[in-house]
Amino acid sequence: MAADMRLPTIQKPVSLTFSAFDRKDLVVPGDVITSDTGFMRGHGTYVDEEKLTASVAGEVQRVDKLICVKPLKTRFNGEVGDVVVGRITEVQQKRWKVETNSRLDSVLLLSSVNLPGGELRRRSAEDELTMREYLQEGDLISAEVQSVFSDGALSLHTRSLKYGKLGQGVLVQLSPSLIKRQKTHFHNLTCGASMILGNNGFVWLYPTPEQLEEEAGGFYTSLEPVSVSDREVISRLRNCLLALAAHKVLLFDTSVLYCYESSVHHQVKDILKPEVMEEIVMLTQQKLLDQEG
Amino acid sequence: MATVQVSEAEKVYILHGIRDDLRVDGRGCEDYRHMEIETDVVSNTDGSAKVTLGDTAVLVGVKADIGKPRPKVPNEGYVEFFVDCSANATPEFEGRGGEELGTELSNTLYKVFNNKHSVDLKSLCISAGEHCWVLYVDVLLLQCDGNLYDAISVAIKAALFNTKIPRVHISADEEGGKEIELSDDPYDCVRLNVENVPCIVTLCKVGHRHVVDATLQEKACSVASLIISVTHKGTITCTRKVGGGSLDPESIFEMTEAGKRVGKALHAPLMKLLQQEESLGKARQKVGFLG
Repeated sequence: MAADMRLPTIQKPVSLTFSAFDRKDLVVPGDVITSDTGFMRGHGTYVDEEKLTASVAGEVQRVDKLICVKPLKTRFNGEVGDVVVGRITEVQQKRWKVETNSRLDSVLLLSSVNLPGGELRRRSAEDELTMREYLQEGDLISAEVQSVFSDGALSLHTRSLKYGKLGQGVLVQLSPSLIKRQKTHFHNLTCGASMILGNNGFVWLYPTPEQLEEEAGGFYTSLEPVSVSDREVISRLRNCLLALAAHKVLLFDTSVLYCYESSVHHQVKDILKPEVMEEIVMLTQQKLLDQEG
Repeated sequence: MATVQVSEAEKVYILHGIRDDLRVDGRGCEDYRHMEIETDVVSNTDGSAKVTLGDTAVLVGVKADIGKPRPKVPNEGYVEFFVDCSANATPEFEGRGGEELGTELSNTLYKVFNNKHSVDLKSLCISAGEHCWVLYVDVLLLQCDGNLYDAISVAIKAALFNTKIPRVHISADEEGGKEIELSDDPYDCVRLNVENVPCIVTLCKVGHRHVVDATLQEKACSVASLIISVTHKGTITCTRKVGGGSLDPESIFEMTEAGKRVGKALHAPLMKLLQQEESLGKARQKVGFLG
């Protein structure tokens, strides 16, 4: 019950491979990447006096003649097909505005959602007036990016049964560059909880539903109390995610699971202490390296 | 205060969790987040401290100036508080957005310290009726993630512990008036006794239970909070209720008892840590703001 007070210490980055100083492909804004004019410039670069210079801090990626800089911490730049977790900020005429950690609020059109009951019909004026009954301000949804508007705003859709309004659970907000692109972003972890790794950095942790609710279409949320064991698993996962994010480890289902397993003999609330975080992340990185090699 | 939006289902989840004494980050209802305290971070103040409580970061600087004592209490000095909510913490504080919160925080601090025992004001007197030390305590909010009062009170206690007031010598000058000389030696200074400085505990009522050190999400689920300032002996110097909701008299009593218990338990580890930091002396590795 006593508060854990301590003196601050300088945090050293935990890295089992090589340290950041040895890598030649990390740049900061203003660093000259190359003076060769034969390259095409991609995102994150600009030409300054015939020299290709970086405009963001991150790693340089080169594909044949194209050079771009992928930043470490950035707003979410959506592509078509990305899975995002977002929060409704506004209810407008025939559409909702969704916050997805991008430069502009994303848009969810009324015609892009599944109506409850799974009916396929033309949206009427009554549907427009009852929009707030489906999704209110503050609600969380999982959706897929349908297209990108010319100004960069994303257009989302929830036209599959796996997308829709999210029920009880915990949202963890992280940087989008830490989420690995995979075939599927919906994971039912073996430790007893489920996870949605949104490409925009929002990770949603929720208790695994017992049966698949096919007919609900994602708009019915259960408000039954979640059991204490499930709750503990979710809290532990949340703290593990924060520990991995603090040490800039790429997040995907395997790394999260390894981190969960490494943290089992610590108490859930102790995971956020600096020394415990370091230990857990070191073990996770070790396991990941062993798995690769 | 900075607010986050929470959906109805998330609120229900948080409520049920608190009811079962297992919060979202695994803490119990009366556990604090990880706290880091460092003193002597600002070089041009007489005392300073930086406290990080989870994601909340607070910087306090104390400057001692010579001023005229208040007419009603000629043989005492006084303490002035000023809280600045910097736009660094959240965009809502941009321009004059943080002023309302800042004045609310400083008014509460005045109430908390408005008694004879928290700070020994008589020791701040130089010559009765003419000169006294005025302590200007400036609080700067760097990051805001809930529980500002607790972090600010811990930082103030640490900064006051760290404050070094130069010794003064009063001599008579030619015209018969008093001349004040400050000692030239930077190590010749007076330290304050911070034993009785209270620490503030904020208890938020969520559902039927109360939580200590609420995060912004938990704050969004609570309707009312009780702010209690407690000394190391368990004496309450100030109680304040904030929030639009109502509190039952029984729950106020329960929360007060819990606040006394939690507040009392804060002082001992804090003083121990401050003394440990002091004993490290020059060997201490200063972390500051980067790292």
